Amino acid sequence: MEKMVQRVPIGKLSEFPERLGKTVNVGSKEIAVFKLGSGKIHAIENSCPHKGGVLAEGMVSGEHVFCPMHDWKISVIDGNVQEPDEGCVQTFKVEIENDQVYVLV
Amino acid sequence: MPKQKIVLIGNGMAGIRAIEEILKRKPDAFDITVFGTEPYPNYNRIQLSKVLQGDTDVQDITLNEWQWYEDNNIRLYPGETVIEIDKKNQFVLTDKDRKEPYDKLIIATGSNPFMLPLPGADKEGVTAFRDIKDCEMMMDYSKKYKKAAVIGGGLLGLEAARGLLNLGMEVDVIHIADYLMERQLDRDAGNLLKQELEKQGMNFLLEKQTVEITGRNHVTGLRFKDGSKIKADLVVMAVGIKPNVALAKEHEIPVNRGIVVNDHMETEVPNIYAVGECAEHRQMVYGLVAPLYEQGQALAKHICDQADEGYKGSVLSTQLKVSGVDVFSTGKILDDESTKAIKMYDDWRGIYQKVLVEEGKITGAVLFGDTKDGNKLLSLIKKGADVEEYLESGQTEESGVDLVASMSDDELICGCNGVSKGAIVEAINNQGLTTVEQVKGCTNASRSCGTCKSLVSDLLECTLGDEYSADQKETICSCTTLSRDEVIEEIKEKGLTHVREVMNVLGWKTEEGCSKCKPAINYYLGMINPSEYEDERESRFVNERLHANIQNNGTYSVVPRMYGGVTNSNDLRKIADVADKYEVGMIKVTGGQRIDLLGVKKEDLPNIWADLDMPSGHAYAKSVRTVKTCVGENFCRFGTQDSIGMGIDIEKKFEGLYTPHKVKMGVSACPRNCAEGGIKDVGVLGLDGAWEVHVGGNGGTDLRQAELLFKVKTQEEVLEMVGAFLQYYRESANYLERTSAWVERVGIEHVREVLSDKETRDELNERMDEALAAVQEPWSEAVKNETLLKELYEKVNVPTGSN
Ligand code: SRM
Ligand SMILES: Cc1cc2nc3c(=O)[nH]c(=O)nc-3n(C[C@H](O)[C@H](O)[C@H](O)COP(=O)(O)OP(=O)(O)OC[C@H]3O[C@@H](n4cnc5c(N)ncnc54)[C@H](O)[C@@H]3O)c2cc1C
Ligand code: SF4
Ligand code: FES
Repeated sequence: MEKMVQRVPIGKLSEFPERLGKTVNVGSKEIAVFKLGSGKIHAIENSCPHKGGVLAEGMVSGEHVFCPMHDWKISVIDGNVQEPDEGCVQTFKVEIENDQVYVLV
Repeated sequence: MPKQKIVLIGNGMAGIRAIEEILKRKPDAFDITVFGTEPYPNYNRIQLSKVLQGDTDVQDITLNEWQWYEDNNIRLYPGETVIEIDKKNQFVLTDKDRKEPYDKLIIATGSNPFMLPLPGADKEGVTAFRDIKDCEMMMDYSKKYKKAAVIGGGLLGLEAARGLLNLGMEVDVIHIADYLMERQLDRDAGNLLKQELEKQGMNFLLEKQTVEITGRNHVTGLRFKDGSKIKADLVVMAVGIKPNVALAKEHEIPVNRGIVVNDHMETEVPNIYAVGECAEHRQMVYGLVAPLYEQGQALAKHICDQADEGYKGSVLSTQLKVSGVDVFSTGKILDDESTKAIKMYDDWRGIYQKVLVEEGKITGAVLFGDTKDGNKLLSLIKKGADVEEYLESGQTEESGVDLVASMSDDELICGCNGVSKGAIVEAINNQGLTTVEQVKGCTNASRSCGTCKSLVSDLLECTLGDEYSADQKETICSCTTLSRDEVIEEIKEKGLTHVREVMNVLGWKTEEGCSKCKPAINYYLGMINPSEYEDERESRFVNERLHANIQNNGTYSVVPRMYGGVTNSNDLRKIADVADKYEVGMIKVTGGQRIDLLGVKKEDLPNIWADLDMPSGHAYAKSVRTVKTCVGENFCRFGTQDSIGMGIDIEKKFEGLYTPHKVKMGVSACPRNCAEGGIKDVGVLGLDGAWEVHVGGNGGTDLRQAELLFKVKTQEEVLEMVGAFLQYYRESANYLERTSAWVERVGIEHVREVLSDKETRDELNERMDEALAAVQEPWSEAVKNETLLKELYEKVNVPTGSN
């Protein structure tokens, strides 16, 4: 079956808190959306590859988020878990139009 | 003259140490090539036990970084195995078809774990415990499976078992003998060890012989000779090792149990040496690093043409690397007709010590529970000392520094690497060393199993005196080269006010820090300038940002304050109503005398707080937690003081105060200490007409008894002392350092001395009051702050269409 990509509005850019994550439920999918110090928005799957920690609640430093469960360090850009741990999470494309943020699911 | 070519087979601990010894003597004389089957640089195999036990990580056990090979012009071929040795034409051949000629060949192929040839030994889920790969496999399994069986109750088996326990598995240890570690311990010590490990949660099946590993493809259990069976999803075989001599044997280099070598580590074939666990010297094959390192020296001297009488064999000592268990043994361990024993058996404290004497000389020792004398005994045995020398040295209750001060220069500090006290002191003095890391780098002391680290540190302190602690530099985290004290100094001097500003101005290596330094700096800023600093919620760990404790499934827990553990029907009713209304997962009485609502959804938190209308218990924060109290004089027949009133006063005064780590307190009204003040950060004890303030206790990971700080007369004095103590702790401890660790580090005498001065106390309490004035009740604050509610507690929910 072909997969359809949907463009889902998830809120206003100015309303996302900086250097924090936000949990966004799109249907049954749970996505962690981060607004970095640079003002850029990134979206990744809200489940740590280690033991499913909620990444949206992690501490954001630069382009990485530290999982709140056991401190794995994960890139919010490409979803890769940083050494010494291994793994990756799914990333989602984000688009911004005017002040509206969309995520492509 | 072209350089002589050395080829090393085996990139392990013994081989690389031999190379280091050669480079130390003649840094540029040789052209060196190293082949290693494992795809890593040389790492510390010993530490695999600690990796498995979760005390360190694989990447922290590298002994020689890739860079080291480069810096020393060593060609390293990792992941490449030597498969042929041409003795006549002097070259080796690898599995990648590489041909490498040599002038000197060193074989250091180590050992292979011995796998019992049982039916089913090849099933999935059966492993040895020898290398990084095995370690990773076990860690992986622990995430998926519950039950592990370790075959072998020796050193390696027990260390593996402890690791698997730490990883959350249930562990059965199967051992063929009737007591543990029978090769290193006598029966008494073996039995004590078993008791202790059982307490830690290990299950033992002694005198059991495994006859089959059951299961289809994957292991499901073990069957024993007596017909009994157990279940297991993971089987670790730790029954011994055998020297890895296949390569030597095939190419007719004489082998007995190991590759036979002389005192210079030469095999019987010209220009071929062997070192480490694969070598057999005077009929002995060793399985510990200390002898391998001595061998490496002998080999290096010979290759570098330095006159040397050669290697003479080693006296071994062993230690078990399981936390909470101190075991040491060396030399002869079992009594017989020719031995006399000096024994001490303290069943109550779990201490057993036996020193064996033959013809007036010490020949062996087994220590359990208290192993302080281990290194002393080892060096006495090595030099063939008379037993009098040991007895005269006395088994006193010395502090670490006194202990090292009383050691003679030739006594060993680091057993693994054979580094004596004299050698370390000389290095400290001649090379101006000031840290354990530097000593490690220059002398190799504490570079292997690490158990002597505290001795090295004591030795630094005793050699350098006051300079030592001043020079110790522990950086906040790897984002900076600055220590806590330096950062605080700079913040004060430069008037820094934001976390990111601190990082920018002080040249942080990372853009926005990490999960270690962000919360630490946030705390320091608030501690330094309580009235002006605005707490940065993005620098807080989730619990402190949301003011609730995150749980493993992403829900939260709510613990309202219940001063001194005292509640009333009204509060209980509110708690019950809230629990019903929001369908919380569980209502539980905590260990801190209050009630926990578990399994709360994040979105519900603000509403629950609003409904409860009770202050936060801060059960999630590095801050003042609870004050446990006992019944006290109002009801108890032994009570001498109003412990409840005292406890509530303390809790009301200090609640919500951020501290370097959590602070738990207890107040009891007689020495029976029902509120457990002996294991609290602050334990207040009421006596007839007096109060004792104890500090630095801990009931958690590192159990520690609180020490008496002061004895005072009135409740006001108690509050004054506690205030001064807490403020001094807030100002001097590292972030995430409990009072127990801090008091241990600076010494109770020091704390007492500082706080004895009334003027100092007043100043501390003044700053404490300033900090307390800035404390805000977080729940009521969150409930009324629209931005906070939206930004932190709301989720975005987008229903999707029909697909
Ligand atoms: C709720 C409670 C267990 C219970 O049901 O009784 C509890 C629960 C947690 N404890 Fe505890 N501890 C609780 C009493 C204790 C006690 C006993 C006591 O306080 O009397 C101890 C040992 C005493 C001590 O601290 O000296 C204790 C020693 C720890 C430690 C080890 C601290 C140490 O310095 O060694 C941690 C880990 C840490 O803080 O780093 C910890 C950490 C935790 C955390 C917060 C783990 C975490 O970070 O998620 C647990 C939260 C579980 C959850 O899902 O909500 N908990 N914990 C207790 C809350 C008491 C309260 O009312 O505030
Ligand atoms: C979990 C564990 C805990 C331990 N704890 C302690 C302890 O507390 N104290 C202590 O003193 N000792 C301890 N030991 C033992 C110690 O680690 C060994 O004695 C030491 O590592 C042996 O060094 P080695 O160089 O002889 O062998 P190894 O370190 O095994 O090195 C040999 C290397 O050669 C490679 N190799 C083999 N054949 C070839 C070939 N043909 N071509 C290329 N490469 C080859 C192997 O892959 C291996 O990497 C422990 C061991 C383990 C496994
Ligand atoms: S509540 Fe405490 S003891 Fe229990 S699992 Fe959590 S941290 Fe460990
Ligand atoms: S669940 Fe993320 S680090 Fe463990």
